[in-house]
Amino acid sequence: MTDEMMEEGGTVKKLMYVCRTAPYGTIYALEALEVVLIGAAFEQDVCLVFTDDGVFEIMKGQKTDDIGMKNFSPTYRALEMYDVEKLYVEKEAMEQRGLGEDDFNVDVEVKSAAEIQALMEEMDIVLNY
Amino acid sequence: MKFSIAVHEGPYTHEAADSAYNFVTAALEKGHEIFRVFFYHDGVNNGTRFTTPPQDDRNIVNRWSELADKHGIDLVVCVAAAQRRGIVDPDEAKRNSKDGDNIAPGFRISGLGQLIEACIQSDRHLTFGD
Repeated sequence: MTDEMMEEGGTVKKLMYVCRTAPYGTIYALEALEVVLIGAAFEQDVCLVFTDDGVFEIMKGQKTDDIGMKNFSPTYRALEMYDVEKLYVEKEAMEQRGLGEDDFNVDVEVKSAAEIQALMEEMDIVLNY
Repeated sequence: MKFSIAVHEGPYTHEAADSAYNFVTAALEKGHEIFRVFFYHDGVNNGTRFTTPPQDDRNIVNRWSELADKHGIDLVVCVAAAQRRGIVDPDEAKRNSKDGDNIAPGFRISGLGQLIEACIQSDRHLTFGD
């Protein structure tokens, strides 16, 4: 653990949210976003990783009228205002689903699975959704 | 070591609630501390006292309540997830004009900040569920 990061002003931990589920098939993606928004108030060193079907969460042009669910994808664009700025997309997951960097509604950095694995190793907390 | 736990699945449908309980009891036996168990997604259904499993089966909800009673474990149900799924304490019942409450003994309803705080305060955080 990172005892060296314990400071008098409070603890700052490296926190990674792993977003790996499609946005509407289950509630995990929506409720994950709620955690990220509330968690922002704790001013930790936060990043989000979109992997597996989670890459669909931030796809442009989502239309949910026909399934009677709220389209919550615009909320990801608000993350920047909460100082949640490190958004990573797993390259392999993106390519396997026929997506490219231009298909997302937020600015992301595309990283390989190996790079994300290395990043994950550095984390104090990993929350999976 | 100080652990915090998240339970993401409801009881009986998924083994996550059992695994979390087994982990917590094993950790306590080994002398570790459980800072908090946070129930999220369908995991909030671990906290309704109206659960009535067949008598020859384990009572997952009562098991949590007994753990809280015996070891003073903080069992927190996420308020937003609970509201969606009808898990209600007396305060929430009043606030949302419900005709009753169903929170089990030893559980309390609170916000998602409790999850993040638990992660920050603990040496390790474990999530049980999909």
